Amino acid sequence: MKLMLKTTVSLGVLCLTAGTAFAACGIEGTGSVRILSNDFEALRLVNTTASECAADGVTVAANATAEHKNLQVPALSINPAEYTVAVVANNSIVPLLNDDLIRPLDDLVAKYGAALQPNQLIKIDGKTMAIAFMGNAQHLFYRKDILDKAGIAEPKSYEEILAAAEKIKADGLMDYPLAASDKPGWDLAAEFVNTYLGTSGEFFAPGSAELAIDNEDGLKTLENMKALTAYMDPDYLTFDANGIQAEYKAGNVAMMVQWGSLAGDMLAGEGAAEGVVANTVLTSAPTIAGGTTPAVALWWDGFTIAKNISDEDAAASFQAMVHGISPEMVAANPTVATWLVAGFEPGPTAVGVIATANAGARAYPMQPYMGLLHTALSAELAEFMAGTEDAATALADVKAAYDTAAKEGGYL
Amino acid sequence: MPHKTFFAFILPSLIAMVLFIALPIVSVIVQSLHVEHARVLVEVESCQPFGGCTTETRVDTAAMAELRAEKPMGQFNGLGTYLNRGHLAVNEIGAILASNNGFGDIATRIYNLPFYKALSFTLVFCFVVTPLAMALGFAIALAVNALPKVTKGPVIFFSLLPMIITPLIGSLILYWMIQSNGIIGASLQHLFNDPTLSLRASPVLTWASLLFYGVWTNAPFSFVVFYAGLQTVPGDTLESAMIDGASRWERIRFVIIPHLAPLATFVALVQLMDNFRVFEPIVGFSAEANATSLSWLIFNDLSGDAKLFGSAGATSVLTIVGVIVLLMPVLIRTWQEFNHKVV
Repeated sequence: MKLMLKTTVSLGVLCLTAGTAFAACGIEGTGSVRILSNDFEALRLVNTTASECAADGVTVAANATAEHKNLQVPALSINPAEYTVAVVANNSIVPLLNDDLIRPLDDLVAKYGAALQPNQLIKIDGKTMAIAFMGNAQHLFYRKDILDKAGIAEPKSYEEILAAAEKIKADGLMDYPLAASDKPGWDLAAEFVNTYLGTSGEFFAPGSAELAIDNEDGLKTLENMKALTAYMDPDYLTFDANGIQAEYKAGNVAMMVQWGSLAGDMLAGEGAAEGVVANTVLTSAPTIAGGTTPAVALWWDGFTIAKNISDEDAAASFQAMVHGISPEMVAANPTVATWLVAGFEPGPTAVGVIATANAGARAYPMQPYMGLLHTALSAELAEFMAGTEDAATALADVKAAYDTAAKEGGYL
Repeated sequence: MPHKTFFAFILPSLIAMVLFIALPIVSVIVQSLHVEHARVLVEVESCQPFGGCTTETRVDTAAMAELRAEKPMGQFNGLGTYLNRGHLAVNEIGAILASNNGFGDIATRIYNLPFYKALSFTLVFCFVVTPLAMALGFAIALAVNALPKVTKGPVIFFSLLPMIITPLIGSLILYWMIQSNGIIGASLQHLFNDPTLSLRASPVLTWASLLFYGVWTNAPFSFVVFYAGLQTVPGDTLESAMIDGASRWERIRFVIIPHLAPLATFVALVQLMDNFRVFEPIVGFSAEANATSLSWLIFNDLSGDAKLFGSAGATSVLTIVGVIVLLMPVLIRTWQEFNHKVV
């Protein structure tokens, strides 16, 4: 209750300050703006700011829901589309592109996009299809006090993390110094994708949907994922990102690779044990096997405009969203996300993501069949991680499951 | 009743059954016979905030729209989806049977196929939970029936609680309790003096917890039905049995159980159907690593970035077939009893 009250109050204050601090929105023309987005703080903030554009002849409605991925394709397929704006990320834009449900934004950018920076434009085949406004990545969170006690410097690679975990366990500082979101499903597959991106390997043979992870890099990735579990709570297969966040906050974990978007929650320290937050350091994601690329995927969040809507609605929606991600909004809320918007001064919660991006991490792949691979990984790696299957069999299973799905999906 | 009146009487429900039961099933069957059109892929340059511009593969949406306009259902695939690795895995099974290192190897490799893995847990769940839940429900019914009137109400309400609680919430509650810092998990660790004991990590213990949950949540249904049945047991027969010197156990064995047998058939039928569709506890217990079910396979096909409607349709049809096969003995028995009565 107290938490809810606090949230309500802070949201209220946020709305008030947002209302007074930002320049008026002033949309040209009229239209209806209907936003569909995922549900986390930064996106709710963008939605609220865009809602300020409601005026005579302009209506703004926003639906922030964790089910957005399941809603977006059917909602944008109908004509007129249920939503005029779909807020997406690297992976969720793919189904929209595959079914041709979003419109090129070049005209709108030229007309209303003066505040946007060139690197915010997601260009596909020379056409701007989305406007990115924030970045996200998993990166290393570690407890400086524990590492100091064990006499270890900041780990830069998974090999150093394993050595550090061994030392911490041997010194009796912690039983389970590591944690990772290894829950079978989306999380476990993301762990594989992350680690594999740290090797120099490619997921697919160039120019085709033929899977190419059945190699040394794939084996190395699985070996590493399994080696880490030796230092994890035996229930590691049931922890997702929120689960390891809670374990870390409780003081049970010394090092974990966790989402940058949860750094704000961590540093706010709600429910954390004494001394955990004060000693937490955020830094770049680790590298693997002597490589130089951080072993994580970089993500962007951005907005797209539906194809099946009138040009007036599209223009109004674009302007409202540009207002929603305006430099003024970002200047007033620097700690909420790692914004990609002009004039953003990274706060303490963004250092990990920025360090990871600067170290040259690769973006989450946008191939149309990447979703199929993610699903295949999410179901087939569980047995390997549980220790009932060897790495080669696991990779062969992933390939078989992916091939089956890709044939059904028409890619092979 | 004249045939015409009878027909007019059931027509509304007949229409509703066709609309809401038969047609959706037909649509699922048709869907399961189709797969997506072969995608037309093109190489385009794509630019992102990180990493600059790269050449990437994309779907040629204009070409795909033409294909879809011609054939909106996608390509006809016949039984291809049913026979592929995600379902009956005919080729894979053939290969396993052709070259293997004995029975154990065959079992492990077949269990490694997603459909058979899900089927094994589903069947074990069905055949362990149904009889145990019925036995437990029957025991509770007997116990409640013997209680004084005043206490009956509260006890019945308490016994029905597992059925009232939403399955997902019920499984989450138990899941939290068996965590190593939950009350059951911590007690077990203390009891067995093994700090690494985890009900969630080992496949056997995960199955055991799921089965335990299944019995807990299914018992109240059997209890309600059997309790209602107990009220119809003829008092005269019981009394005469007592005069003949029958003990309580003998009265249960030779009077009550035969009297309730038709009811038991009905309960078994409903419970088998229910348990074959086991889904919520797997999600609630985060047990995907160690236990999957047919319903979970369908859910897995339809969630995520790529939705495989054909695959989900095929699994649904196989589930329906499974339910029919399971119920066959019970249905045959009912049919025989019915005929017996008529004669």
